[in-house]
Amino acid sequence: MLGLDAIALARAQFAFTMTFHIVFPALSIGLASYLAVLEALWLWTGRDVFINLFNYWLKIFAIAFGMGVVSGIVMSYQFGTNWSAFADKTGPVIGPLMAYEVLTAFFLEAGFLGVMLFGLNRIGPRLHFLATLMVATGTLISAFWILSANSWMQTPAGYTVNAAGQFVAADWLKVIFNPSFPYRLVHMVLAAYLTTSLVVGAVGAFHLLRDPHLAGPRVMFSMAMWMATLVAPIQILAGDQHGLNTLKHQPVKIMAMEGHFQSHKHGAPLYLFGLPDETAGKVKYAIDIPKLGSLILKHSPDAPMDGLDTVPRENWPPVPITFWAFRVMVGLGFLMFALGLFSLWERWRGRLYQSPLLHRFAMLMGPAGFIAVIAGWVTTETGRQPFTVYGLLRTTDSASPLAAPAVGSSLLAFVIVYFAVYAAGIAYLLRLMAQPPHPGEQGPSSESPVRTAGITPAPGVPKGAGAT
Amino acid sequence: MNASIDITTVWAFIIAFAVFVYVVMDGFDLGLGILFPLFPAKADRDVITNTVAPVWDGNETWLVLGGGGLMAAFPLAYAVLLPAIYTPVIAMLVGLIFRGVAFEFRWRTRAQRNRWDIAFTGGSWLAALAQGVALGAILQGVHVEGRQYAGGWWDWLTPFSLLTGVSLVIGYALLGATWLILKTEGELRDKAYRISWYLLFAMLAAIGAVSVATPLLTIKYAQRWFTWPNVVLTAPVPLAVAVVTALLLKSLAERQDRRPFFLTLLLFLLSYAGLGISMYPYIVPQSITIWQAAAPLNSQLFMLVGVAILIPLILVYTGWAYWVFRGKVRPESGYH
Repeated sequence: MLGLDAIALARAQFAFTMTFHIVFPALSIGLASYLAVLEALWLWTGRDVFINLFNYWLKIFAIAFGMGVVSGIVMSYQFGTNWSAFADKTGPVIGPLMAYEVLTAFFLEAGFLGVMLFGLNRIGPRLHFLATLMVATGTLISAFWILSANSWMQTPAGYTVNAAGQFVAADWLKVIFNPSFPYRLVHMVLAAYLTTSLVVGAVGAFHLLRDPHLAGPRVMFSMAMWMATLVAPIQILAGDQHGLNTLKHQPVKIMAMEGHFQSHKHGAPLYLFGLPDETAGKVKYAIDIPKLGSLILKHSPDAPMDGLDTVPRENWPPVPITFWAFRVMVGLGFLMFALGLFSLWERWRGRLYQSPLLHRFAMLMGPAGFIAVIAGWVTTETGRQPFTVYGLLRTTDSASPLAAPAVGSSLLAFVIVYFAVYAAGIAYLLRLMAQPPHPGEQGPSSESPVRTAGITPAPGVPKGAGAT
Repeated sequence: MNASIDITTVWAFIIAFAVFVYVVMDGFDLGLGILFPLFPAKADRDVITNTVAPVWDGNETWLVLGGGGLMAAFPLAYAVLLPAIYTPVIAMLVGLIFRGVAFEFRWRTRAQRNRWDIAFTGGSWLAALAQGVALGAILQGVHVEGRQYAGGWWDWLTPFSLLTGVSLVIGYALLGATWLILKTEGELRDKAYRISWYLLFAMLAAIGAVSVATPLLTIKYAQRWFTWPNVVLTAPVPLAVAVVTALLLKSLAERQDRRPFFLTLLLFLLSYAGLGISMYPYIVPQSITIWQAAAPLNSQLFMLVGVAILIPLILVYTGWAYWVFRGKVRPESGYH
């Protein structure tokens, strides 16, 4: 029989490898779109500053994408290695969604990535722009399918169960467009864009602090701050809608997120801070605003809200983690909103490139998107517990028949390998970012010679009209 | 029901196709990593990695299709096999991580360049060996109870699985060496020719050893190969191996740069067909057939639509990417 320890280790392994993985897609989804915009602006205006920025971020994209790919393959095999009962039961439903992700997205990204990285001099700017667009489209299609699969686990729909105990699709459209999917997709894609704009903004700010006259950093900082200004408030609205959707379909998750141990007949409070105590069934040292919880979630201050006291104890998600991860995400979201407003104010005063305070704030917020993305995923995935398919398949019935030592050693191996590899990768990313983009910036192709004979090895990028 | 049976067979071929494409395409990438220690000069190593830098990521995607497709089309087989080969799979993933990041990282540093070359080599060896061991572990059969793997943590480790592991390392190395013949010139290519001779004989020995050892695993494999009327189907396979080997020897002797790589692909295809003959119609040898493991008809149909449209499309644009980077890779171009 399975010990609980083996399952705890398998969960730890999935959470660990997922946490490392998710930050790279979050960056590459946003960066791919940003690169497409930069290349389009270059083709349209002919200004050198855009191709310089394109080549600058392309090198960073290559590293982030590579780390996303190798950590992603780990995820796709882990369903089988560590969650084989889950794979057997849900394979007929979410297997095809993931197969479509591979067929429509992974091949598209990988097939055109090489051309995007190394092909500009071989095929000319227009065809190359097509390759960039294909990669950017691929990252978005990938988000579509994997979030559909994830959302089906949160809000399963359109299924029946066959004699072997497997979930079987009854209506594929209902499976794909299950109730939480549109909200999760919008929330995650916006998160990726916001994360990227904060990274780009931080890099721009770093260089502007040293020299406010550099063309490249000025352009990237301005673009990034526009993005943050526009997307942060939209993201807060999207998050609110996502929360209302969760309240409708996964009310227990909301109880954990809000720390609502008790039911509130006449309006639930909003806990700003506190220490949720599952044994005591209350939030200790709570700082709360009465009735605000009901106002946000039910849009009425006196609306009654059920608490975890209406839910059997064995169906509770881990409350403290869900509660705190949610607060980290929301807190960072409002800081991003504040950064956007501040930048708008400085822009209006004509001090966007000369405001050290704004630049320091933007630098500080550079990693905020990643932390918010991780916190958001911890909220939604921990809040789904103790189920893998919400309300239908328990996590304890999903794991592979592996003994604890097997899972423990693989977890240890992943921890060692990831810290070694990702520490180096992040160091290289930071080193690239520490250099400002130069006039005549080269893409990866100049460092990795892949040209054949007959093609001039000089930087063959057609020069635009404008000077940087 | 008849329709369902047919589509299941179609799906078995689709998965087999995806795995085969992965084996040969990432096979030559991994082969380059396996051969890295034989090319210590930095200039050579730069050329070697540049022959695959634009395409390795697409090559590796076939592995995700093989795994993801198996979960979708044969979820029971995916659920039984992966825990059975747990350690080789984890080792493969770790190997692929080191190999994959090394492609980028080795250009990002001068001081530590050798460290990522070691990661590139070690990752390639580990991934290739683990894949071969996993193949052997599956061929020798796994212990199944109900709908789950019921064997132990170390069941995969046997002399047979080690033999298939070493054989795949040799096979990948031969693919890598003949790829270098195709894509390079000068002394680098000459060296690749010399290495290919040794590797070809090693590969023939490996094919022979696995061919002898497989029927000894279980009487069913022997019956499959050596009883009438199966012999009509199976006998041409070793004959074809002999013909391809002769052509390969000729092309190496006559130094025809293009042929050795494609003939090696044929050699892989024949070995792969041999494996298919041994396994069919089992997907978990001797315990679960493709029909027992198959996903319900509507899952198969839903995906078949996508496969029918998208696989040809994928082959077209992947072919285009190879076309863009066609020809010999030279060390002097564009490097600073």
